[in-house]
Amino acid sequence: MRVALFLTCVNDTLYPDTGRAVVKLLTRLGVDIDFPMGQTCCGQAHYNTGYRHEAEPLARKFSDVFGEYDAIVTPSGSCGAMVRELYPRMGERARAEGRGDGLAATLAPVVPKTYELTEFLVDVLGVTDVGAYYPHTVTYHPTCHGLRSLGLGDRPYQLLKAVKGLDLKELPGAAECCGFGGTFAVKNSDVSAAMAEDKVRNAGSTGADVLCAADNSCLMHLGGTMSRLHTAMRPVHIAEILASTQEEPLS
Amino acid sequence: MSGTFVGMPAFPKAAHEAVGNTTLRANLKHATHTIRDKRAKAVAELDDWALLREAGKQIKDHTLRHLDTYLVQLEEAVTAAGGTVHWAADADEANRIVTRLVKETGESEVVKVKSMATQEIGLNEALEAEGIHAYETDLAELIVQLGHDRPSHILVPAIHRNRGEIRDIFTKEMGAWGRPAPEGLTDTPAELAEAARLHLREKFLRAKVGISGANFMVAETGTLVVVESEGNGRMCLTLPETLISVVGIEKIVPTWRDLEVFLQTLPRSSTAERMNPYTSMWTGTSDSDGPQAFHLVLIDNGRTDTLADEVGRQALRCIRCSACLNVCPVYERAGGHAYGSVYPGPIGAILSPQLRGTASEIDASLPYASSLCGACYEVCPVAIDIPEVLVHLRERVVQGGPATRQGNKVVLKPAKGHAAERAAMRTAGWAFVHPGALRAGQRLASRTRRFHPRTLPGPGRAWSATRDLPQVPAESFRDWWQRTHGTKESGK
Ligand code: SF4
Repeated sequence: MRVALFLTCVNDTLYPDTGRAVVKLLTRLGVDIDFPMGQTCCGQAHYNTGYRHEAEPLARKFSDVFGEYDAIVTPSGSCGAMVRELYPRMGERARAEGRGDGLAATLAPVVPKTYELTEFLVDVLGVTDVGAYYPHTVTYHPTCHGLRSLGLGDRPYQLLKAVKGLDLKELPGAAECCGFGGTFAVKNSDVSAAMAEDKVRNAGSTGADVLCAADNSCLMHLGGTMSRLHTAMRPVHIAEILASTQEEPLS
Repeated sequence: MSGTFVGMPAFPKAAHEAVGNTTLRANLKHATHTIRDKRAKAVAELDDWALLREAGKQIKDHTLRHLDTYLVQLEEAVTAAGGTVHWAADADEANRIVTRLVKETGESEVVKVKSMATQEIGLNEALEAEGIHAYETDLAELIVQLGHDRPSHILVPAIHRNRGEIRDIFTKEMGAWGRPAPEGLTDTPAELAEAARLHLREKFLRAKVGISGANFMVAETGTLVVVESEGNGRMCLTLPETLISVVGIEKIVPTWRDLEVFLQTLPRSSTAERMNPYTSMWTGTSDSDGPQAFHLVLIDNGRTDTLADEVGRQALRCIRCSACLNVCPVYERAGGHAYGSVYPGPIGAILSPQLRGTASEIDASLPYASSLCGACYEVCPVAIDIPEVLVHLRERVVQGGPATRQGNKVVLKPAKGHAAERAAMRTAGWAFVHPGALRAGQRLASRTRRFHPRTLPGPGRAWSATRDLPQVPAESFRDWWQRTHGTKESGK
């Protein structure tokens, strides 16, 4: 099976550690993973801000770069949702605008092959115990697109529960949005910040020292809020927890 | 839509006030969390909820597809039952019709119940201008009216008020509108309810004209349906001599059988009750009972334009249950007034810019009043994909495009003030189809990382005012990969 890592533009630029963690984890599980250098961005920010036409070339590019792989794995629930849920919709809209089936046909092949990391582990590789060791108290924020668009369900919890040394705490109001929402965080900054503060307070109430999620965008927003509120908690991507082992622990 | 909210500032500005108002936020948080938890329990009791939701969606879609046929059928049935049907293309026409009908009765006072449609068109103000006083009789709407306030929730228009505030409003204002509040009124719910009951009873017994809305209209028999919990609605519907119902054209269902679905989903979604206490139905007039004259004013006011939009038309499925408001994290912090219309929350964010167009500042900002978290879509009993419509309307705001306005196909220009964003999106788009450019940008950012400010200039300032930015790493992932796996045959 030829597996490609779709890291997302945010992770590539700001969170390379998450990418290295995915590579380390999948390699340990026997997956030979490739990182196609032509990859850039799935177009989510464009699409969701109302620039559907600007998002189309990015979607075509995605299909061009990843089309020949058997599976595409991404450590981002929202970028995964962009491909799986919104690429088909972009194709439909182009058709409705009388532009034919071209876009739909170009995008169709990558849609079913794109997996969010926890989905790939549980559904494709069939593992929940990835042999990780992480001696911390952790609470998990499911993130909206992972929860509702992709329906990740309890996969992340299954994976975290199997991590040795990890003490998982239930997050009150887990299903509530953290307030990031891409450009929403800038356009409606007051509301966005109020949402983040509540999320951080809820996380703090669990006594956990790590707030975990499967999306660095939400973690960036929450981490920025934690740093401003001077909380002791840290944001950590689930890939980094799952990559951590007794021999090579991640802090 | 209504003149009430004209000149409202854009959503972020209006929300800014609300976010800083701790009493308001506490009131809203308490109310919405209580009702959302109860709703979840009430819905979980039904093991066929998903099927009911799908049925509701399909009934509404079918009806909307054949709206012309069902409206004609409804008109025939209402007329045959002794009622009169009036058609209003917009708010002004609807207000003129209702004002004329009231004047023809010779009355200068009317009692009103359950009509968001009349708030949408600003009927009370229009009647007042002609010397006719309209009294709201729904408890929460009474509080809003006495408080010279605006509704902030679909189901509980006074949700932003707590008991103490309501007591003060009653004590100060009731006297000017009719029977004053009793001496020494406290803020216990029982005393507040009793004060309202006595005040309203006087109005019911005196009024000769009632104005109502309707939750549903059944095409096959010309029957109108109001679903409520207080019984005040039933008083309004049965005591006056003349009843004028003002209803949006999308509130129609083909047959009585269809009500079976909505009478299960509506109460559970809105008040978390298995069945609401009062369901009133009326068909034309009857010699021995109820109003002797019945008028149905059907309002369009942007609805057929909305129907013409393939993506946006699903907003017309809405049965106004308010479940989407109660789960919305943005509504919870921003409050209902920030949405600048009688329809607040997620549904308001997609309905108002469709009914009114996106020309005003507030309407152009509403599609952005959401983080696209999807909680609204998840609870909606008629499966309106609110995030999908929000994104569709954002596109209309920033890129313009085809739309229907007053029945004519038009091409809308992009709203003002998005030029810089559009340029940034295009540049980013260009960089992203050229990985080399992206890489150069990443390297520049890495090399200059020590000089990056932790606060941002321009529009980004809003972000860094409340959150710290992450530090740019010394090496991007792609550079690391190239360095460590560079020899490996990598894709394009
Ligand atoms: S959009 Fe759906 S959830 Fe919101 S008020 Fe309408 S029917 Fe209820």
